[in-house]
Amino acid sequence: MKEAFTMRCFLSLLMPVVGLAACVTALAQTPTYKLGTTPSAEEIRAWDISIGPAGKELPPGSGTAKEGAKIYAQKCAQCHGPTGREGPNSRLVGGQGTLTTPDPVRTIGSYWPFATTIWDYTNRAMPPNEEGSLTANEVYALTAFMLYRNGIIQESAVLDAKTLPKINMPNRNNFIPLWPDGKRKPGPFGFYSWGP
Amino acid sequence: MNTKERGRRRFLKGGAALAGLAVGEIRSASGQAIGSERPEVRPEDFRAYGERSRFVTSVRRDPRNPNSRTPLQDSVGIITPSALHFMVPTWIDPPDIDPWQHRLLIHGMVDRPLIFSMEELKRLPSVSRIHFVECAGSGDSLEERKKNGMLAETVQRTHGLTACSEWTGVLLSMLLRETGVQKEATWLVAEGAEPRKRSKSIPLEKAMDDVLVAYGQNGEPVRPEQGYPLRLVVPGFEGVHNIKWLRRIKVLDQPSMEKEETSHYPTQRPDLGKARWFQFEMGPKSVITFPSGGQRLPSRGFYEITGLAWSGGGAIQRVEVSTDGGRTWKDAELQEPVLRMAHTRFRFPWNWDGDEAVLQSRCTDDVEAIQPTLAEFGRIWGGVDSEYLKTTRNKVNHINAIQPWKVSRDGSVRNALL
Ligand code: HEC
Repeated sequence: MKEAFTMRCFLSLLMPVVGLAACVTALAQTPTYKLGTTPSAEEIRAWDISIGPAGKELPPGSGTAKEGAKIYAQKCAQCHGPTGREGPNSRLVGGQGTLTTPDPVRTIGSYWPFATTIWDYTNRAMPPNEEGSLTANEVYALTAFMLYRNGIIQESAVLDAKTLPKINMPNRNNFIPLWPDGKRKPGPFGFYSWGP
Repeated sequence: MNTKERGRRRFLKGGAALAGLAVGEIRSASGQAIGSERPEVRPEDFRAYGERSRFVTSVRRDPRNPNSRTPLQDSVGIITPSALHFMVPTWIDPPDIDPWQHRLLIHGMVDRPLIFSMEELKRLPSVSRIHFVECAGSGDSLEERKKNGMLAETVQRTHGLTACSEWTGVLLSMLLRETGVQKEATWLVAEGAEPRKRSKSIPLEKAMDDVLVAYGQNGEPVRPEQGYPLRLVVPGFEGVHNIKWLRRIKVLDQPSMEKEETSHYPTQRPDLGKARWFQFEMGPKSVITFPSGGQRLPSRGFYEITGLAWSGGGAIQRVEVSTDGGRTWKDAELQEPVLRMAHTRFRFPWNWDGDEAVLQSRCTDDVEAIQPTLAEFGRIWGGVDSEYLKTTRNKVNHINAIQPWKVSRDGSVRNALL
């Protein structure tokens, strides 16, 4: 098995070079086929719902846990339970202190490394069958409510595009960092990864 | 349409459960299935779009699992019929997308953001490639044991979250060249058009290598459940990367940190007390599909053992088969074509002497990575033993352990992983 690992290391030296070469060609190239139309800035804004970890894409608006509690009771509690612990669907609250036990409970509070992901996911995918129906203010308020219930922010905290990305998620430093060069590295049994 | 005709159409549409009954009805006294030779009536549209023989009943739906799984026990060759490709739906119906309305937007860190219509995508230089798509949770027969005390019985349940198709479309690298990728860019995020808009970050290195934007599957448009009219195929990566109903690609200088890369898919490693994330490639894996769990050998004598092998790291180089519980191994024959990140069919001649036998396969890919035993897998995955794997509620993905099937004296075959 040792041999297998060495082989992978050797190959991995080649891989990034191939990737790099491809990127360089891309840079040098002007469009060949000239198909496709140019979207307007407005079109891109309407489609672009991804919120990255720095929160640059977050829209204007704000909300607090108090406001969120009301919306949660109306639109979320039937599936996630009155306090976010009962289900029947994904548990949203609790699990802190379980991650290093044999039965880790991963929730947005105990596990998720970025508060921006909670905003992004609630905005794009919840509630099922009415995805995309929540306003920005409602998503800020719901995110605040879920974070407050997990003991991560104060009940009075106001979440907006500035404050949300700054929230320190408790499990943030328990992910093995990525390689800064964004390149793939080998591991045993095909366990390649983008981190050490 | 007369009553008889309607009755027959209903019969043709009837599922597996009905087939047995119906067959009984039309057998002649001599036991010949006369109905199969000359159908009494032939509705106008009969065979306008072909149907398989009514004697073939293999299906992907499993009433005991909400995920539908590929019936690998019935597979021959390497291509999965599109209608039997597994689905991992957390919503019920695939979206009903009009291809004339569908658009793909590429934006972010590019010089020229572009919107492509399906018509435009089909004018561009195309490629066809055979690749498997496999869910990260495939190969896990312990999950079922934790739920209901029993190991998954059949290969459909243990390994049915993989399927292999010929995909046709354009290379993502070509589309990205049309938009001109900026030099600081290292990642992208891809997104589907379905109501919940599933999204996943993918390294640019991979995107520029072999990722396909596919509109064709096995010689026809991609099926709705598989992403009609457009989907991503990310060869060798966990299924979740292969975004279906693809509508948007945003080029970035870091991962977008979507739910799928930060919550469900990282490994919470017991040995490190930390999460290992961004581990996307599926390891080398093989499984015997015949004889496999739930089947029964009618008598002693000759059988061709056959199965599938595949790896996210490249092409399969070697498959070995053991018929004595892993004491001795012999090379199996690999059926051409043997392709990168594709199912590879293997065969092994076997004479069953009627005694108990444990059959298993193990593969090696072309970067010399070898399929592990369950114990070896546990050590590498997170420094744990098989006991941990059997009992933990921790999510264990990427299980690629050797799968043993035990043949009993009565010819029955069952899962012998533990
Ligand atoms: C009809 C039932 C239903 C309703 C109503 C609902 N959810 Fe969900 N929610 C789900 C399901 C099912 C999942 C898991 C989806 C998956 O993993 O694919 C989920 C997942 C989530 C998650 C991710 C949890 C995790 O750990 O993965 C969050 C956050 C969430 N919901 C928030 C909300 C909020 C906020 C509302 C109210 C606006 C809401 N949900 C309403 C069913 C529901």
